[in-house]
Amino acid sequence: MVWLTGGGLVLATLMIAGLLLLVVFNGTLTFWPKKLTQITTHAGMKYLGEVSRSEAYQHDGKPAHRQLLRTANFDLFGDHFKWISRHDVARIDYPAEAWTVERQEWGLFVGFLKEVRIDGQPVSQTFAELHGPARQRFHQLKSMEKNEIGEVNRAIEELRLDLRRIELKRGKESPEYIRAVAETTKRETELQAEYAKLGAEVTRLRAEDARYTVVLAEVNGQTKEQKISEIVRAYPANHLNLLQQIGVYASRWWEFLTDEPREANTEGGVLPAIFGTVMMTLIMSLAVAPFGVVAALYLREYAKQGPLLSAVRIAVNNLAGVPSIVFGVFGLGFFCYVVGGGIDQMFFPEKLPTPTYGTGGIIWASLTLALLTVPVVIVATEEALAAVPGSMREGSYACGASKWQTIRRIVLPRAMPGVMTGLILAMARGAGEVAPLMITGVVKLAPELPVDGHAPFLHLSRSFMHLGFHIYDVGFQSPNSEAGKPMVYTTTLLLIGLIALLNLSAIYIRNRLKKRYVGAQF
Amino acid sequence: MTALLERPMKTATPTHAAPPLDAQTTETAPPVPPSLADEEMVLEVRDFCLWYGAKQALFDLSLKFPKGKVTALIGPSGCGKSTLIRSINRLNDLIDSVRYSGDMLLNGASIFGKTVDVIELRKRTGMVFQKTNPFPMSIYENVIYSLRIDGENRKSILDETVERSLQRAALWDEVKDRLNESALQMSGGQQQRLCIARAIAAEPEVLLMDEPCSALDPIATGKVEELIYQLRGLYSVIIVTHNMQQAARVSDYTAFFYLGQLIEYDATDKIFTNPGKKQTEDYVTGRFG
Repeated sequence: MVWLTGGGLVLATLMIAGLLLLVVFNGTLTFWPKKLTQITTHAGMKYLGEVSRSEAYQHDGKPAHRQLLRTANFDLFGDHFKWISRHDVARIDYPAEAWTVERQEWGLFVGFLKEVRIDGQPVSQTFAELHGPARQRFHQLKSMEKNEIGEVNRAIEELRLDLRRIELKRGKESPEYIRAVAETTKRETELQAEYAKLGAEVTRLRAEDARYTVVLAEVNGQTKEQKISEIVRAYPANHLNLLQQIGVYASRWWEFLTDEPREANTEGGVLPAIFGTVMMTLIMSLAVAPFGVVAALYLREYAKQGPLLSAVRIAVNNLAGVPSIVFGVFGLGFFCYVVGGGIDQMFFPEKLPTPTYGTGGIIWASLTLALLTVPVVIVATEEALAAVPGSMREGSYACGASKWQTIRRIVLPRAMPGVMTGLILAMARGAGEVAPLMITGVVKLAPELPVDGHAPFLHLSRSFMHLGFHIYDVGFQSPNSEAGKPMVYTTTLLLIGLIALLNLSAIYIRNRLKKRYVGAQF
Repeated sequence: MTALLERPMKTATPTHAAPPLDAQTTETAPPVPPSLADEEMVLEVRDFCLWYGAKQALFDLSLKFPKGKVTALIGPSGCGKSTLIRSINRLNDLIDSVRYSGDMLLNGASIFGKTVDVIELRKRTGMVFQKTNPFPMSIYENVIYSLRIDGENRKSILDETVERSLQRAALWDEVKDRLNESALQMSGGQQQRLCIARAIAAEPEVLLMDEPCSALDPIATGKVEELIYQLRGLYSVIIVTHNMQQAARVSDYTAFFYLGQLIEYDATDKIFTNPGKKQTEDYVTGRFG
């Protein structure tokens, strides 16, 4: 028996450890700069790229071996990867001057830096000298487009909404409306002028930016002129010492954690997804904790124990077994369309038919998940309430406390660590859930975070990005899934890490509560 | 402390008592053996019966508890001592199957009358339990729990109550520097004395103790017994105990119960030295029970 039970434990541990190891191993290696391999075939073709994997296969009935080379340069070749069979290989080199260039668009470029140009003329400055200022210009342009021009657009939209509000309230013929139209037109002209001014500034910056280019050549000599500002990172892959390798590795991690995605989510960062995941989990916890605790309190403290209550308990437990996508559909139908639609009708009629709350959003996704995880909290809370010693309750009653006073001052604080345990389980369950989110508010690429500098700062109606969905999207929905694969591992690693972090902080709070409310009865 | 434990019987002179808390408390010893007939009564039980479902646990009890004295309830397990004491503050109401008849009067006011507010009644009584049950909060908050639930928030009153109660419970010197620490960190004996402090904080008309020492080690028991001894005069104490030496040491009067009936009730000295009934004698001399 000891072998059977021990064996079961070992098997379970091995599976979990294996999975974790796979994720950690692949996830941490993704960002390590790979060498560039140049392969010359017997036919005289040259290929340059990162070896991504190799496999055995059957060639003319004989066992053969081939390598997948990430040749990149999608804009020149039309694909990212190339299979090369070992029996075709004539020669393998590691050219010292080969560069890996990560670009804002079109993905990776591997090849050689031919020359640096200003205004189309070759100059003596090096790429490294020009890259820093070029990136600065790039970020400046981006922030102008996003913040300043975005501000003007927002103001124009606001004007339109104000006008529409007056129209809905007073009617088209009312003097207020006519006055408002005049005012709006005047204000709009001002804003348009501002917009034009900003647009001109952007155009000027763009033109300035376009002066700085670099000519890249792929291994067979075909060239491509590339704006320096649109190069995220470039390094001579075969020419890096350990320190430089670590530098590239760290810089990629930094970009991953703090930047927005690019290239259909297969490159760049996942900050919006991290933000969305954490925020959704927190909103979910805020919603599920009071809801679950109140329900459990009624079940355990107030309701008369009997067959009806047992039926309710069973129903609650079964709720935990309902497929999560069903919760998603319910969330979409009830929260988004009924509740959200109602809110739109009542508070945002001027924006219709564009929905504000009547569509997927972080609040609806969080509430759906809260519904999904509420059985966990109810069950855990009930257990915790049952574990509060009867002597404590009696002591409180004997002091002349009412039932509610006893619950609030004695039972709930004492049960708090148990409630936290339930919340931890709920958070772990909720943060890893994807299916119901897909239809209640998660999107592939969210243009804005749910929190920003514009009142009311917290935009709960906005759709958001989520790490779990990001994994699915990058791994299975991306046009370039081979390139996205390493990102799947890294994102998974991040998600696991994030959930672990959320759990650890909850456990920390629980232990503090335990120390305070349960104590050591010697 | 051991001296106290070995003391075979309570003598009429309480001079051994530890530092006097209050001048009045120490001179309760009467010159002649006390008699129930001379006492002023705090609680009167009238024809009280109690059933757990179909099973009757108490049979037509009628007795009176004296004011400012310690009354011990003794008897074998299951004889209804705890049931009786838990009826006084109607804690038995929490059990669904309990029914009762008869009544009790606390300072003349009915306990089981139809219009009695149970919460108000419990505020007039204090109770100490067999299992120490400090609440999951600080020592300070534990003591003033009954004041807090009454909505008392004036710091001066709370501070004063804490100091007075803890001093009477002989705990003040040990905890005065850590009043804001969790009560759950204290030792078992300290916890029980804290529970006593909590029970007397609201100045109860009667203090009920349900085997307050049965979960404590001998040293802690000694301290709690000494404390109970000192509380006479200040409070009317009713204590349930299984330990006959304890009853003899701390109480002025003793009631002996057997199978839900009151067998004998008299001055403690008399019960232990010259009981009126055979059953009592058998029990106190250890022949059964």
